[in-house]
Amino acid sequence: MKKRIEAVNDFVIKFANVNGSGSASANELFAKAILRMGVPVSPRNIFPSNIQGLPTWYEARVSDKGYQGRRGGIDMMVAMNPQTWDADVAELEPGGYLFYDSTRPMPASKFREDIHVIGMPLTEICNAVYSDPRQRQLFKNIVYVGALSVLLEIESAVIEKLFGEQYKGKEKLMASNVQALHLGRDFASEHLEAPLGIRVQRSDQVGRKIFVDGNSAAALGCVYGGATVAAWYPITPSSSVAEAFQSYCAKYRVDPETGRNNYAIVQAEDEIASIGMVVGAGWNGARAFTTTSGPGVSLMTEFLGLAYFAEIPVTIINVQRGGPSTGMPTRTQQADLISCAYASHGDTKHVMLLPEDPHECFEHAAAALDLAERLQTPVFVMTDLDIGMNQRLCEPFAWDDSRSYDRGKVMSAEELEAGKDFGRYKDVDGDGIPWRTLPGTHPSKGSYFTRGTTRNAYAQYSERGPDYIYNVQRLLKKFETAAALVPQPVLRPAARKTPLGVIYFGSTSPAMHEALDVLGEAGIHLDALRLRAFPFPAVVAQFLAAHDKIFVVEQNRDAQMHCLLVNELDADPARLVRVLHYDGTPITARFITSAITQHAQARAALQQETRELS
Amino acid sequence: MTYLAKPRLHHPSLTVNKVGYTRRDYEGKISTLCAGCGHDSISAAIIQACWELDIEPHRVAKLSGIGCSSKTPDYFLGASHGFNTVHGRMPSVLTGANLANRDLLYLGVSGDGDSASIGLGQFAHAMRRGVNMVYLVENNGVYGLTKGQFSATADQGSKSKKGVVNSDSPVDLVALALQLGATYVARGFSGDKAQLVPLIKGAIGHGGAAFIDIISPCVAFNNHAGSTKSYDYVREHNESVNRIDFITGRDEITASYAPGEVIEVVQHDGSSLRFRKLQADYDPTDRYAALSYMNAHQARGEVVTGLLYVDQLATDLHVALNTGDIPLNKLDARKLCPGARVLDKLNTSLR
Repeated sequence: MKKRIEAVNDFVIKFANVNGSGSASANELFAKAILRMGVPVSPRNIFPSNIQGLPTWYEARVSDKGYQGRRGGIDMMVAMNPQTWDADVAELEPGGYLFYDSTRPMPASKFREDIHVIGMPLTEICNAVYSDPRQRQLFKNIVYVGALSVLLEIESAVIEKLFGEQYKGKEKLMASNVQALHLGRDFASEHLEAPLGIRVQRSDQVGRKIFVDGNSAAALGCVYGGATVAAWYPITPSSSVAEAFQSYCAKYRVDPETGRNNYAIVQAEDEIASIGMVVGAGWNGARAFTTTSGPGVSLMTEFLGLAYFAEIPVTIINVQRGGPSTGMPTRTQQADLISCAYASHGDTKHVMLLPEDPHECFEHAAAALDLAERLQTPVFVMTDLDIGMNQRLCEPFAWDDSRSYDRGKVMSAEELEAGKDFGRYKDVDGDGIPWRTLPGTHPSKGSYFTRGTTRNAYAQYSERGPDYIYNVQRLLKKFETAAALVPQPVLRPAARKTPLGVIYFGSTSPAMHEALDVLGEAGIHLDALRLRAFPFPAVVAQFLAAHDKIFVVEQNRDAQMHCLLVNELDADPARLVRVLHYDGTPITARFITSAITQHAQARAALQQETRELS
Repeated sequence: MTYLAKPRLHHPSLTVNKVGYTRRDYEGKISTLCAGCGHDSISAAIIQACWELDIEPHRVAKLSGIGCSSKTPDYFLGASHGFNTVHGRMPSVLTGANLANRDLLYLGVSGDGDSASIGLGQFAHAMRRGVNMVYLVENNGVYGLTKGQFSATADQGSKSKKGVVNSDSPVDLVALALQLGATYVARGFSGDKAQLVPLIKGAIGHGGAAFIDIISPCVAFNNHAGSTKSYDYVREHNESVNRIDFITGRDEITASYAPGEVIEVVQHDGSSLRFRKLQADYDPTDRYAALSYMNAHQARGEVVTGLLYVDQLATDLHVALNTGDIPLNKLDARKLCPGARVLDKLNTSLR
């Protein structure tokens, strides 16, 4: 008998659509309805660098256990795009379900023997009800959501409530969406066998979590963190950070009394100008940020060297995409670590924060603005397309109203007047961080000339060796100070003592957590350390020293985090094992589990052999 | 360059301006440029203009790029903060600084290599945005610090010191500024301080994107026969369209002119510019006429100088962005952070 995948609240469904057909909002509605039933969902848009016509997919993982990483494998395919039919059908797991528009008959050769096929004449149904071509197209998406709600037992009332919230005040639009939903539901109830082996059941696993994309979260973090100047240049996948910042500012940053803006946003002519404006604003005492992706960082590097050397606060949100060059603009990678950590010529090092999800995109964006001013240096928030442009279920945003901004060491007019010694590049506190003054502070004291050329501790031009050495050694000390101030790593200890460790960071997090569960059940135990920043805090070296083998899991070809660990901590490369995923899709738990299992088995076999030999 | 530092002690009889500073208080470090460099005359003109306008030195931010011209902010207004940024990128840094604090006066100093070659893009976009600034290009048609290569403003057919003839068309920054929306556009000559000081004063009082192209001969590499940026060439071909007097609101108008000879333009800050026409057919309030006048005269090899265009209704980037009167760098968390209650509501909308 044909296998039939049976699962409640634990499956992967993928929608194959055509870009620009209006499917995105219907698919989001589908995901949100499941969430509202208390069942965690993690969706991912897989989209092309295109506005209309090319294939696009929406993959939603439903997991009562709350696993949010990409699982790998598809249990149900909603095949709405003839262009990609063959590949979509091939991708299904045996025993999976294929839902398609059966208006036009398909030859038998186009199907598979080992899957369950559900045909529904969507085009025919819509053509019979709607005369406007655009409506036919748009409502077709809602009709299939209606049908799926019957097949998967998603509550109709939940979807209708979502319509109510979405179309508040637009009753006509709401009514027509409800009508389309029921067109789908009625047909499915009457003509299709429901429910399927996979289905949704009300649960309570969502709790107070929120469903949001990382780019919006980072933008909100910049609002809460007090950024007033933003300069940016459009680039996928980071543009929506700037756009979200604009819309949050319009809501929360317009002075209620004067109607004037407590923010300034400039869409610059390129990334060089974007970072230049941020450098100018940071020099002049405003909290400023830019948002970009890999190619933008490449353009910014000269300015990043200036900001490092002249010691100017700068915050950069880097939503990483697949590189090099134009690379894969709509795919995800963690491949800018080295280009950001050491951006610019000469000896430079920059601070990087590594958020794991939208919640941390918010936290790290706000933290970056504080750190940039405290450390007077560029700070990167290294997010990526996977968390940036996809909605993810995460802990709610939190803010403590007693929190004040850390404006760092800025000497006031009063301090200057009182005769406090001002050496712009002098280490007076032993932490490598000098004091600065802002333009316009005092009529006769504290002015200095900022430059990218070498200077002495009092900001006077100098190419003397000792002055240069003093300055660059102080910068190193400042970088050590940074290691203590940045978000510290998070340790997840294994259930039992183990010589194996794993280091991971950023969007790899959910897949890693799932992999650790699976590996643990299989008897492979690892202590896991999630890095949250560069430079590495002291505990990272301790973690390396405490384990015989440490897997370094990352999403790039050249093991960039591995390089940083070896370079910065003199980690022994023989004890590090690279686990690298870099095809542009988000890393999966299955990938990590398999890589680590293979290695662990080989290691066990080797140990066995050694024992036998001795 | 001056090899001997002038004593810092001020003579008690030095005149003090309305904010209590002598002219010497506007000086900076000793110049390290070549003796006779046009740039040093421009620094002197800036000092003169700021002193005469009673500007407190620390309320000025000086920004520059890279090159001989970009070194000069160290040689004037020593009590101001200065920023020697990267090559060709001063306009973006100035824009950001201006956004952060709208209360200071922004003085951008650049050269022809800095603004017309590597930084042409940033020059153009700063003009387009209407950043409130005084943007000076100290234009000598040559790369001085790297010893005499042509820059993008070198005229076609002009000859380098080594005898090479330039075959490329020149970039005309004045024409570009006019086209791109600058609201105060002038050309001066470092050798004519009487014309230059009022041009700078007018730019300071302007309240929008003010640009002055200042022909400033390079005595080391571009002051020979065959150069079109030499002292001799500019003196011979200088076609000045007007002479301006800069009048602050408090000054009484005493001079009298024959009708038709004078145009008066009131600027943003209440100051006035009074033009004495040197060319009867020149109207400095007509952008397109200015462009066509310039094109016609430049084709004849003339160097058109004077205040070429002014828009007395000019606004700036802050007006376009609707930013508040309090500088952004002075706002605290109370003004900037929406707080926990708003965040809770936002969380609710994301469930």
